[in-house]
Amino acid sequence: MSHPENATEFLKDQAKAKWHDETLWFVRDKRDRISKTIPEWEQLRELASQIKDNVLANLGSYLEDFERNAQKNGIIVHWAEDGEEHNRIVLEILQKQNCKAIVKSKSILTEECHLNPYLEKYGIEVVDTDLGERIVQFLNQPPSHIVLPAIHLKKGEISELFHEKLHTEKGNEDPTYLTQAARIHLREKFLGAKVAITGVNFGIAETGEFVVCTNEGNADMGVHLADVHIACMGIEKILPRRKDLGVFLRLLARSATGQPVTNYNSHFRSPSPGKEIHIILVDNGRTAQLAREKFKNSLKCIRCGACMNTCPIYRRSGGFSYGSTVPGPIGSILSPGLDMKKYSTLPFASTLCGSCSDVCPVKINIHEQLYEWRQEITKTHGEFGKGLSMKLASGIFNSPLAYKISGSLMRSALKALPDSLIYHPLNTWGKSRNLPETPKETFQQWYQKNRS
Amino acid sequence: MVSEEPIMSSREKILSAIKGISIEPKALPEIPDFHLTGELVEQFIRSIIGNKGEVMSRVEFQSWIGTAHFSKIISLSKTFEDLSNLALPEDPHELEDLGLAILEGQFGVAENGAIWLEDPNLGLRALPFITEHLVIVLERKNLVETMHQGYDRIGSAHSGFGVFIAGPSKTADIEQSLVIGAHGAKSLRVVLL
Repeated sequence: MSHPENATEFLKDQAKAKWHDETLWFVRDKRDRISKTIPEWEQLRELASQIKDNVLANLGSYLEDFERNAQKNGIIVHWAEDGEEHNRIVLEILQKQNCKAIVKSKSILTEECHLNPYLEKYGIEVVDTDLGERIVQFLNQPPSHIVLPAIHLKKGEISELFHEKLHTEKGNEDPTYLTQAARIHLREKFLGAKVAITGVNFGIAETGEFVVCTNEGNADMGVHLADVHIACMGIEKILPRRKDLGVFLRLLARSATGQPVTNYNSHFRSPSPGKEIHIILVDNGRTAQLAREKFKNSLKCIRCGACMNTCPIYRRSGGFSYGSTVPGPIGSILSPGLDMKKYSTLPFASTLCGSCSDVCPVKINIHEQLYEWRQEITKTHGEFGKGLSMKLASGIFNSPLAYKISGSLMRSALKALPDSLIYHPLNTWGKSRNLPETPKETFQQWYQKNRS
Repeated sequence: MVSEEPIMSSREKILSAIKGISIEPKALPEIPDFHLTGELVEQFIRSIIGNKGEVMSRVEFQSWIGTAHFSKIISLSKTFEDLSNLALPEDPHELEDLGLAILEGQFGVAENGAIWLEDPNLGLRALPFITEHLVIVLERKNLVETMHQGYDRIGSAHSGFGVFIAGPSKTADIEQSLVIGAHGAKSLRVVLL
């Protein structure tokens, strides 16, 4: 499935699509308002970008520092080349603990590695504990947004789902009531789990500690009750110094949801007595992306989701239309690096308006990279849907005579052509677009009459 | 003859892949000393209220606790030691029905209301999360301006676990409607001394 096909599906429910668009814009607006209360906001973005530049240029030595310091603190460090190895390491830890049920807090990396279906194959029950993630897990869906996983669902749908799964009152759509039901359901899971999995927001090279940020407190509920904490971390999440967290924690929540900071910002340095902390450092295509000069900056991403909330295409096509773990603008520059053919339509799912780059807290040039991917994809794949008409157009623009003739032809054609031909299923351009009103005369004719 | 290529571990493979990529060196920037304009206490109170918490004086807290009915209270705050009616258990699972935890915060950040606590302040790491309601006691003199001053304050202190707590547990995952009390504490009261 391509992005346009999936987007068509999303747009069938027009009222819901409109709600989706407006709700995400509301989040974007909150981000704008709070960022303007910080006079040094732009300086913070620049600093964050520079710190990440330094990280990318010294990634190997920072990873070695991180490993050494984490080990000194009693953390067990693993390395995984790809998703499969990551999943295997998790399974081995679980088997050693004889553990059949785990709780997991939000981790986009484990989504990327498809950890849940892997563990379920081995008879292990995985419970996602972030409320939005639990909702989509009940529906066997992936998250549609990296910060707001269930943003594609209305409360009526969640009410129905909870009635079926958690036996809540039929028809009770009150978010407080539904959240309370989930609290009771998940508390039981927290109390029963021997192993808890979390993602990692930041890993600090100089101390070997790592930081996990949540609003719900689900990561902490899981890990502090379990005997074993497994933290899954992409190798690009490294920061050199503890004080760099000051910059990044000021930017993260403000960019993500317009809050001044996430509620719980937990710094894990060593396990509680008698307990274990494992950290898995995962590559899964990241070193390959680092080697791509034009695209390496995409690894600066701190997964705030601001580029999604602002993107006119994301807001109007939904997260699922991208078919990738990370949707939206940032996903559209990360995913082609993993599989260019599979994700070939994503860099085209953009107006190149540049709003994503403007809101990015680490100043990734997202829209420029989207444009670069288009060049790469067109070079590699050659024949695309748009190929032929674009070639025709290029022939016309190259010849003044052809341009003149085609112009007058077009003006009569636009008037005469029946809509059925313009909005033909074979003409992808006509989808969701209206043709302009045609002027009676050409610009050249008008100029001669009025100005010569 | 069988060639004897050494098998590289994933660690070696990842590190050698990175080593093979030449990236222009970029210096690590120094972080300037950013400040907050305005009154510290006022800003801190505004931040906590914005995060859906509450700030109280000692007197206000004492009158509130007098009317509140908690069957299980753990207080690790020296100021309110006598309010404890339960000893800290060894197993955090026993805290399942804890009504109130009273903890001492090391310092608070005015720009966002985040309060720093470490292992010695927590007793058990699960405590501020599993308790139904949370009170953090903080001295006015321990307020700092921004997260930068916060990390300066932490410096190179070494604790196994540290956390910035900024409000009660919350979620907006159902249609972006804010609900307080997702998994962690359903309320946060900060007693400013």
